[in-house]
Parts: sequence; C-alpha cells; structure tokens
Amino acid sequence: MTAQLAQMGLKVDNFDRIIALAGNPNTGKSTLFNALTGLKQHTGNWPGKTVTRAEGGYEFQNVKYKLVDLPGTYSLLSASQDEEVARDFILFGQPDCTIVVTDATALERNLNLVIQVLEITDKAVVAVNLMDEARRKGIEVDTRSLSRDLGVPSIPIVARTGEGIQMLLSTVAEVIEGEVKTQPIRVQGSPEYQRSITTLAEQIEQLYPGVPNARWLAIRLLDGDARVQSAIASGEISELVASQRRADVQFSRKMAVEGRQ
Amino acid sequence: MTETKQLQPQDVLAMAESLRPQLGSGFRDEIVQSMYTEAQRIVDRAVNKGSKKKWDLDQRIDRLVTSPIFGLPIMLLILAAVFWITIVGANVPSQMLATGLFWIEEQAANLFTSIGIPWWITGFIWHGVYRGLAWVISVMLPPMAIFFPVFTILEDLGYLPRVAFNLDWMFKKAGAHGKQALTMAMGFGCNAAGVVATRVIDSPRERLIAILTNNFVPCNGRFPTLIMLATVFVAASFPPVFSSFVAAGTVVGVVLIGVFFTMLMSWILSRTVLKGEASAFTLELPPYRRPSIGRILYTSIIDRTIFVLWRAILTAAPAGAAIWILGNINIQGVSLAQLIANFLDPLGFLIGLDGVILLAYIIAIPANEIVVPTMMMVYMGVGMMTDPPSYSQLHTLLVDGHGWTMLTAVNLMLFSLLHNPCATTIMTIYKETKSKKWAALSVVITLGTAFIVTFLTATIARLAGWV
Repeated sequence: MTAQLAQMGLKVDNFDRIIALAGNPNTGKSTLFNALTGLKQHTGNWPGKTVTRAEGGYEFQNVKYKLVDLPGTYSLLSASQDEEVARDFILFGQPDCTIVVTDATALERNLNLVIQVLEITDKAVVAVNLMDEARRKGIEVDTRSLSRDLGVPSIPIVARTGEGIQMLLSTVAEVIEGEVKTQPIRVQGSPEYQRSITTLAEQIEQLYPGVPNARWLAIRLLDGDARVQSAIASGEISELVASQRRADVQFSRKMAVEGRQ
Repeated sequence: MTETKQLQPQDVLAMAESLRPQLGSGFRDEIVQSMYTEAQRIVDRAVNKGSKKKWDLDQRIDRLVTSPIFGLPIMLLILAAVFWITIVGANVPSQMLATGLFWIEEQAANLFTSIGIPWWITGFIWHGVYRGLAWVISVMLPPMAIFFPVFTILEDLGYLPRVAFNLDWMFKKAGAHGKQALTMAMGFGCNAAGVVATRVIDSPRERLIAILTNNFVPCNGRFPTLIMLATVFVAASFPPVFSSFVAAGTVVGVVLIGVFFTMLMSWILSRTVLKGEASAFTLELPPYRRPSIGRILYTSIIDRTIFVLWRAILTAAPAGAAIWILGNINIQGVSLAQLIANFLDPLGFLIGLDGVILLAYIIAIPANEIVVPTMMMVYMGVGMMTDPPSYSQLHTLLVDGHGWTMLTAVNLMLFSLLHNPCATTIMTIYKETKSKKWAALSVVITLGTAFIVTFLTATIARLAGWV
C-alpha cells in the first residue's frame, strides 16, 4: 500500500479517532481490518467468523486511528450476543465514523443493515467490497447512485488487493472533519410515527442530556425493545455511555499488553 | 409556567406505551417493510446485474455438494481425502524427526555422562524433559503441518457452511441448532475455539448444548493419537497397498462415531436438562472464493500449527519431567510409575485398557495432545526400554511387550475421542457459561460416556471371545 497509510498493529494507545467496522457476516470486514492494521485477525469464508470485537490501529495522513472490527450481523434489532456487541458499540462507543462493509454481489441484503446503522449514526461511510467478485459475475455497481440515495459516501473497494482503500480512508477522514456532509436516509413512516418519535426523542434528551442518539432510542422504545426499556428505566443509559468509554480504554490496554484477545 | 416535577424515566416509558397504540398494530412490520422496500429501490437504481455465468457455476456446485443424495457421501469423501493426505504425508517426516531428535538425546546424554555430570541430572534433563519434547514434536508436527493447511483451504473456499447445511436436519432432529455444525467443525481445529464459536448461536439453550457436546469431535491434539493408532494397529493387519486407505477410513469412522455421540448427547440434553424446540435460522451459503495462499499459510502455520505445538511443548516438558521422576523414584525396588499403573490396572482392564494408559491420561489432562508420548515414556520407563522405537517397531513393542490387542487400540481410540476436554477447554467452557456447574457437567458427560462405551466394547469383545 502507498506511503500515506501506516499499519500500526496493536499500537492503539494514543489514537486520535475511533473507527468502527460493521457489516453483514462474510463481507470481508476482517480482511479490511487486516489490510489496514497489518494484523492477522483470523479470516475465513464462513459467516460468523468474528464473534468478539478485535481492535487495531492505523495511521493515515498523520492522524492515528483506532479500528474496531465488530462481529458481522444481518440486523441490529435482535438480541444474540454478537449483534448486541455490534449495536452497543455503534451506539454507546461513539465511534467518530462507522465503516459499513457491504458485499457488492449481494447489496439488497446488505443495505438493510446499512439503513439500520444510518438510523443510529450520521457519521458513516459505506465500503462496497468484493468489487472484483462482482466484476467477475458481470455485476455493475454505481456507487455514485448509492451515495446519493443513502446520503453517505459509498466507496468501491477490493479489501483483498487494497484497491480503493486510499479513497476509503480519505473519505472517512473527510466525513470526520465535516468536509463531506452526510445526510443519511431515514425511513419516514407515517406522520404519526414521525411525530411520536420526535416527542419521545425530546423527552429522552431531557432525561439524559448528551445521550448519543435519542432518535434511535425513541424508535426502539416505540418498538418495545426490552433491552432499551430496561436501560432507560434503570438509568443504565447514562451508565452505559460512561462504561462503554471506560471499557474501551481498558480493552485497548489489554490488547496492547496481551497482543491478542 | 411552573413545572416543578422533574422528568422521570417512568414517564418516558409510559409515554412510549401511550404512543404505541395510536400507531396501529402493524407499525413495526411497516417500518421493517419500508426499510426493505427502500433497500430494494436503491439497489435497483445502483446495480446492473448483467450476465450471471459465474453465479450459475456456483449454484451448480452447490446443488451437487448440498444435494440430499450426494451431499453426505461427498462430505465423507473429502474428509477421508484430508486424512489420507495427512497420514501418507506425515509418516516419513515423523520417523525422520524421531530418529534425529532421539539421536540428539543419546549423544547429549553420553556427553553429560562423559564429563561427569550426575546420572540424575542427565536423566532428568535428557530422558525426562527433552524426551517429552522430542516425542511431541515428532508425533505432532508433521500431521499438523499437513492437516491444518488442507483444512484451512476448505474453510477459505467456503465449504464449511455447506457442511452445516448438510447436517442441519440431523441437528434439528436432535433438538439442537443447525449452526452447531459450524461450531463442531471448528472443534476439529480446537475444542476451545469451537466453544468460543458457539456465540453465533442466539438461543442460550442451544448454545449450551453446542458447548457441552463440542468435545465429541476430536481436536487436532487428538488426531495424531488417532492417526497413529489407526496406522499402527488397524491398518497393519491389511496388505501394505491398502494400509494408508484403511488408516484414513478408520479415522473417518472414529470421527463419525464422534458425530453420532454429538447428536445422541444433544438429543438427550434437549429432552432432559435443556428442554426445548430447535429454533429456525437462515444460513447463508457464501460464494466460493479462491483461497489466498499467503493467508492460508499464515493462518495454518503460525496461528494454528505453531500455536498448538507451542502449547503442547509447554505441557510436554513438565509432563516429561513428571514421568521421569515417577519412573525413577523407587519404593522397595518398584518405581512409583509402576505402582500407580498397577493400582490403576483393574480399572484399566475393565474398560479394555491398562493402568499405564490411564496414568498417561491423568498426566496429560493439561493437554490431550501428549497422551501417546506420555504413554510411550511410561512404557519405556517402566519396561526398561532405552531405545526409542520407530513407528514400525511401535507395534511390536506394544503387542509383545505390553500385551496390547486390537481391543486395546480400538478402546484407546474411543476413549481418546470421548473422554473429558483438556484443561484449556474446560476453562473456556467456564468462561463462556460463567458457571462451574456447566463446566463440571461437560467433564461428567464426556468422561461418563467414555467409560460406559469402552466398558461395553471391552465386555462384549471378551464375552464374544474376540480377545
């Protein structure tokens, strides 16, 4: 890879930015993670390879990034352990940017998760991976059209060969710095639905000032998500925000000391 | 406005409850549906599917390898081929390594003796610690260095999810989760890794079943044991031309027995302590991908072979030392090892084994991979054998010197397949379930099965007069 990117392996102590890697299972998140960090996180061609999160670091244009590889999930709405890891981190870990890795040959299925991630966060970039496989199958993906419709940048990449990775990293940097404005697509629903969410979100913000995404919590509350209900009832929300930050610091130290999970 | 009352969490929850009915009952589905519609609309605009040639090839392969008729036979053939390659490829390097490493032992011991170092230091270091290491390296390294890359190729190609697909119906019948096939496949590499991999299973009940039964598939630590026994005993009674095929077939047979007990125990668990129905899930069959050579070599050599070998070495060195001490502390002219072995003999006989084998299993609890080396060392220590035997002499040594029969070999394979998980796996089970009860149960279930099955085979074989 070019001189702009420096793989930093497990040196994630003094990072400037946190990036989360999300995506469906088996879309090449771990491959991208390895390409960026120079680590050798185990990859394998079957869904569910990564069941815990892995962390590593890279430096790009003199900014140090901590990269968190989340377990692959199809949605963020159910309650299996791997999905909870992913969703808690995107929501409470407050990454500066989330890269959603998608499979260019199976975009329909992948976009459901993209849309769910975009419900949670504004700061996201979609990496359309496996472009080589798509080309081989004669599938053409117009990433400009994707970017326009999703409201966040979409970058075609081939994680295995490094194709498009420079572009991805500079876009991530631009999104973080606000040079690229994102306007993520939000599922509208009926006017009553919109009104309900707005009312609830205001209340949640009043209750827990500084909570990362009141709108998303409001949606989950309306949906009757037991996990979010209990988190709000017990005040765990503010606790969660704080503890996730603490856990991240501890986790990074542990990784740096032990070398692996 | 004077709003004195501060907003409470309950108020927010109550508001959500009061808002929800206004939205109508189907609003959740509506939202999810509109997400799907939105995704579909975006993809329609951005993606041009073009010709689907390659896709068709993938599908054609899938139709074959996951077909109800050919799926399982193809799977067994692939499995047999992997073992056959391992057995054929590992034989010669194993012997070369053994010859070389034991030659070093002898030279070094002679050197120590000639410069006047006391016999017990020489013995402890070279015939104890070093010999343990030499055994483990020569028995384990070659099979692992072949088995792991081949297994990793299958994994990278995308074959494992097809295996899960083929076995799904069996697991469902057993009341377990279809993804257990994946975690079972991981268990072939390492049972501790298999236990961690069960996190992909949502339902706690089915996850526990997967955890408790993972040990019934032999991990790589136990494969060398199985391969050695299959080669030295079972295959030896066939003409040399067929011997490697017979050995591979035997190992496949043992694996099948392991899968059978996985199903049986899952079935029993899901009808007793872990009652419940199997849950449905969608399993994605990923496209076949060309494995990347560099990554395969790295994963299989560094992550797996070296990692496992290093762990074995760490446990083999102290085990070697322990055996040497047990073999050289004499009480009234009989070594401690012999005494313990004699004590365990009746129990060993009952299950078609002997005291030395049981002693080896006890010493090897930290890591299963050193059972055979430990056993050999005890036999050699006890039987005053100084020359380390080659692969072919092993047969003579065990049969003539220690009265092994086909029953001993078969039961040792069964015992090795079914007995308790290694210390690392037990610890992992404890960490994953956060419960001493389940960790203990995993030991009880496996050890219990091992004793019952070997007792039955021994009794039947004796009653039938086969031995």
